[in-house]
Amino acid sequence: MPHPNLTEIWVYLAASPLLGLSITLAAYQVAYGIYQWGKANPLLNPVAIAVGLLIALLSATHTSYFTYFEGAQFVHFLLGPATVALAIPLYKQLNKLRRLWLPVILALIVGISSAALSAIATAALLGATPQTLLSLAPKSVTAPVAMGITEKVGGLPSLTAVLVVMTGIVGATIGTRVFSWLGIRDDSIRGIALGITSHGIGTARAFQVSAEMGAFSGLGMALSAFVSAALLPWLLRMLNLVA
Amino acid sequence: MITGFLVLLLYELLGEVLVLLLKLPIPGPVVGMLLLLLTLMLLKKVPAEVDKTATTLLSHLSLLFVPAGVGVMVHFQRIRSEGLAILVALLVSTVVTLVVTAWTMQVSRYWLTHRGRSDAPS
Repeated sequence: MPHPNLTEIWVYLAASPLLGLSITLAAYQVAYGIYQWGKANPLLNPVAIAVGLLIALLSATHTSYFTYFEGAQFVHFLLGPATVALAIPLYKQLNKLRRLWLPVILALIVGISSAALSAIATAALLGATPQTLLSLAPKSVTAPVAMGITEKVGGLPSLTAVLVVMTGIVGATIGTRVFSWLGIRDDSIRGIALGITSHGIGTARAFQVSAEMGAFSGLGMALSAFVSAALLPWLLRMLNLVA
Repeated sequence: MITGFLVLLLYELLGEVLVLLLKLPIPGPVVGMLLLLLTLMLLKKVPAEVDKTATTLLSHLSLLFVPAGVGVMVHFQRIRSEGLAILVALLVSTVVTLVVTAWTMQVSRYWLTHRGRSDAPS
């Protein structure tokens, strides 16, 4: 019996979930190693590096995203329990939240509207198609809610998922820098702003700064999901973008 | 670890069921999170098992976004034709949102803590 070559082994393994799962964990290990080696510099965002490595590997081996996702879905699935788990850091910051509820509500309304309006206005000026504009509107909202909103207003949910991840990476990368530039040092304010702007990826970055910033970022993300689901479809109708 | 993970899964399940029953426009895990928060407020403490599992899971939160992020490769075509508009819009809008949201919090909190304290000795 002839020995199978590497391509045959890859084709065989790619058909089982084992490969998608292993390369996801391996790429993240490498990305996180680079991030730590760079002294946690936010420019070396571990999500962005891991995604880049995986796309390079999948393209080089002509493996489709759907084949890859067969295995990667086990990691993706953990987003659900992780979202529920945000209740724990939030509970630990409850006393601080009690004193901040009014500023948080104002920040939600102003933040969600400015995220959608500034993205739509900029993209429209640069000639993006109406469908892209609709898919862009909920980009700061956590992925499952954002996709639901896009579906409701007639955009492309799968494009929204990608824009959501990109917004998360951009916010996590520049967030702390923008806050220092503004002179804002309070971790509760920084957390809320990053959570409203960059949902879970911003929250992951916030937890690397401090437990308090992470808890407030998780809160900003969760409340934004509720408010956006009500506010954004209405806002898009006001702008006459929804037929 | 198992008990803690089971608690998280059960609250997610409960959230999903409520979303389906009440036709809520939000995802099940977000509802599950609020239900768990309410439970903790009633218990007035975090059970050690749940605390341990949640902390472990949240310390690797970035990893969980990687599979969705790789989905970019499905949209290469559109990103190539409208790439500039999309990228500039994301950058501008992210900076605007960060600045506007943080300022709103900062200014409204300052206003709230300093209002009604005009009688305090300066």
